[in-house]
Amino acid sequence: MNIVLLSGSIVGSKTRTAMNEAMQVLADKYPDVTATMIDLAEYDVQFSDGRNYLEYPGDTGYVTSAIMSADALMIGTPVFQASIPATLKNIFDLLPQNALLDKVVSMIVTAGSPKHFLMPEQQLKPILAYMKAHIVQTYVFIEEKDFMRKQIVNDDVKFRIERLVEDTVTLTETHAQIRETKEAAYDF
Amino acid sequence: MEQYRLNPHKGLEFGIYTLGDHLPDPNTGERISTQARIHQIIEYAKLAEQAGLDFFSVGESHQDYFATQAHSVVLAAIAQATRKIKIASSSTIISTSDPVRVYEDFATIDLISGGRAEIVAGRASRIGLFELLGYDVRDYEELFEEKFELLLQINEQEIVNWSGEYRAPLRNAKVLPRPQGGSMPIWRAVGGSPASAIKAGMAGVPMFMAHLGGPVSVFKQTIDAYRQAARQAGHDPAQLPVATAGFFYAADTSQQALQELYPYINEGMKKTNGQGFSKQLFAQGIDTRSIMNIGSPQQIIEKILYQHEMFGHQRYIAQIDFGGMPFDKLQRNIELIGTEILPAIRKYTAKP
Repeated sequence: MNIVLLSGSIVGSKTRTAMNEAMQVLADKYPDVTATMIDLAEYDVQFSDGRNYLEYPGDTGYVTSAIMSADALMIGTPVFQASIPATLKNIFDLLPQNALLDKVVSMIVTAGSPKHFLMPEQQLKPILAYMKAHIVQTYVFIEEKDFMRKQIVNDDVKFRIERLVEDTVTLTETHAQIRETKEAAYDF
Repeated sequence: MEQYRLNPHKGLEFGIYTLGDHLPDPNTGERISTQARIHQIIEYAKLAEQAGLDFFSVGESHQDYFATQAHSVVLAAIAQATRKIKIASSSTIISTSDPVRVYEDFATIDLISGGRAEIVAGRASRIGLFELLGYDVRDYEELFEEKFELLLQINEQEIVNWSGEYRAPLRNAKVLPRPQGGSMPIWRAVGGSPASAIKAGMAGVPMFMAHLGGPVSVFKQTIDAYRQAARQAGHDPAQLPVATAGFFYAADTSQQALQELYPYINEGMKKTNGQGFSKQLFAQGIDTRSIMNIGSPQQIIEKILYQHEMFGHQRYIAQIDFGGMPFDKLQRNIELIGTEILPAIRKYTAKP
């Protein structure tokens, strides 16, 4: 199983800190899973200009190809102006319409205030659904007060990330099995 | 229809098209050489002619896994190697070429072939060629519309006066040679969407509609939109031919056809588009209502006749060779078309 952890912002550190936690859970509990961290802050990704994702050179080509070849995607995002950051939206714009078909996608959301709790429901899930993802319905929502000096200081958040990772892996396995059975029935 | 070299009394024309893709055979992992692939395409055209098919066309794609970037050169070789079959591009990306040169090339192919050449002009589904050939992809739409208009004007007038934004003006320019009979059929390539079809209709040019999958009824809307736009612009839709082009594969049973074809489509699309073809969608391809012509010869006959009833089109063009399909499978398909499918199609669609 190949999971890409996409940290969707080039600003700040909270989202990356939360994604590091998810990465650590994967390493500790699921050694068979190949996990790749893509922190957009570390890549120079260009804006989508409409070409096929295979045609982008450099970092843009690397990031899009890594996502396209993943079985599951864990997206980390902060809340910017009551929505996802432009850097993350650009990743979706770079990919084909049904890029997330047969992929499981889960979300970790960081925010400065609890008022943004429904942002993923209203802003992120519709995009994932349009792109045909199997969405892990429950997401982990983390507030500013749960972080201290680039560490998560709320054990509940750690437990929730643990459960989200478990759900992501379980759903990916389950969907793979369902697909295998269904495709075998087609007999071609 | 005469100016498009079509005779409605003969019924629905049947053709073959290749994108000119050059992909490894997914069953063996091996890819023939570029030279072998180009010769295979020429042999494929000869085979289609021998089986009595009406039309053969070759596409232009400037990217990895394609071999016919210089598609007009390949068509010239096919013109020389064949005697009766109509030959065309599918399509020529007019946006990134000079219409004068394109016309010179195809008029020459028309003369070599004795009046069998046609141009299908498209906008490109992939945009890498804009950079390769020195164009700005932001001019995507205007480049096509302007150059396509010029191409049509050259076809209609031997002496051209023209000025535009993307090419030096032409003053009393003679574009030579002229094709046999003075002009040749020029089609507008259209993807499945009505927006592009409407533009073809407004211009009153024949429409060459490519399709991947989906219900026939949806593509009928595109064709209806084309004819309606033509009528509104003052053209007679009855005088404007429509061609449809898409996946085709015949085997003894529909299940065998799915089994044999699927790896080629799925792996080929992964390499050229970056995503495979969903099995769920592919399985629906054998349904009579689906536009993909996959199945036993009898099922395919029924499908094509159903499409003809819905579309009232003049030409159907089959894509069989995608994805590194081995030549013996192409031979088998051409044989089934020539001996079983084509005679039935002609029998039911010809008007006495």
